[in-house]
Amino acid sequence: MVKKWKLTFAASIFLSLLCDSKYFYNILSMVETHNEHLETLTQIRSLMERSSRFISLSGLSGVAAGVWALLGAAAVYLYLDVPVFSSKHLYYEILHNGKWGMPYETFFVLDATIVFVLALVSGIFFTTRKAKKQGQKTWDAMAGRMLVNLAIPLVAGGIFCLVLYKNGVYGLVAPATLIFYGLALVNGGKYTFVDIRNLGITEIILGCIGLYYPGFGLELWALGFGILHIVYGLLIYYKHERKIDHEVS
Amino acid sequence: MKHLLDKLNSTKLDNRIRLGVMSMLMVNDWVGFGAIKEMLGLTDGNLASHIKVLEKEGYIDLKKEFIGRKPQTSYTATIAGRKAFDDHLKALEALLKGG
Repeated sequence: MVKKWKLTFAASIFLSLLCDSKYFYNILSMVETHNEHLETLTQIRSLMERSSRFISLSGLSGVAAGVWALLGAAAVYLYLDVPVFSSKHLYYEILHNGKWGMPYETFFVLDATIVFVLALVSGIFFTTRKAKKQGQKTWDAMAGRMLVNLAIPLVAGGIFCLVLYKNGVYGLVAPATLIFYGLALVNGGKYTFVDIRNLGITEIILGCIGLYYPGFGLELWALGFGILHIVYGLLIYYKHERKIDHEVS
Repeated sequence: MKHLLDKLNSTKLDNRIRLGVMSMLMVNDWVGFGAIKEMLGLTDGNLASHIKVLEKEGYIDLKKEFIGRKPQTSYTATIAGRKAFDDHLKALEALLKGG
């Protein structure tokens, strides 16, 4: 009886040892493949990201656009010679003869055009720079897809604002530009960083609030195109670019 | 564990390149042959052979069209392909969690 017990005991130890060694081998191969699988998952993630999103967009281009917009707004304040948040109902009458050798409509259009061109140029500059650092092409299918989706609400909004202006609804032009610009960002944001979509939503909210305060179009523009661009530009830069800059330098 | 490994190897997605192709097709409607080749840094022949496997497996669909005068073949993931990809990823994740 005792002998039989001993035998089973020995057999069970032998078996468990065998199991252990098998298990041991399993663990060894698992550690080896573990890193491999982790790498595969990282690669898949990066491929999905790179093939569906335009990730060369630089946050610094947002910061630059914001700075130009604030300078543009400052130029308007200088031209009108009024402090921020003051009522601007009267100065259009006063300024009917214009200042600095041009009527205020011409000045506004000129100012806006200069801001737009400068923002575009610096945007292209910083984005090209980032793409080069990442070793990617600036212009690819993703960039094209983002721009087309950005353009659809933007063109519709442009036409809408022109008609508003033609019909003398000047007060709604500024909030309408913000709302349509926000819609464009939400639409184009699908093909780039999520932050762009969030910026779009913020612009839309700001524009909707602005609808109730038609006298403050300039402040609205300075806030929406200036401050918000700088804030989100910095956010994108710190989230997605600082690392690249550090790696390169 | 053995069961999980079998699951990983049962699909034709145990290959890096094929998995790469599927990753691209998961997030895009249609992707051209050239775009895949460029993104994965492959030669024509290499990619073609892997695509053939995916096609045979029923994971991808293709369409041929002319862009200007150049013929272009584009690919899209089928429902079976999407399921296989999802399963493969889930198996990978399970393996990683288990390890």
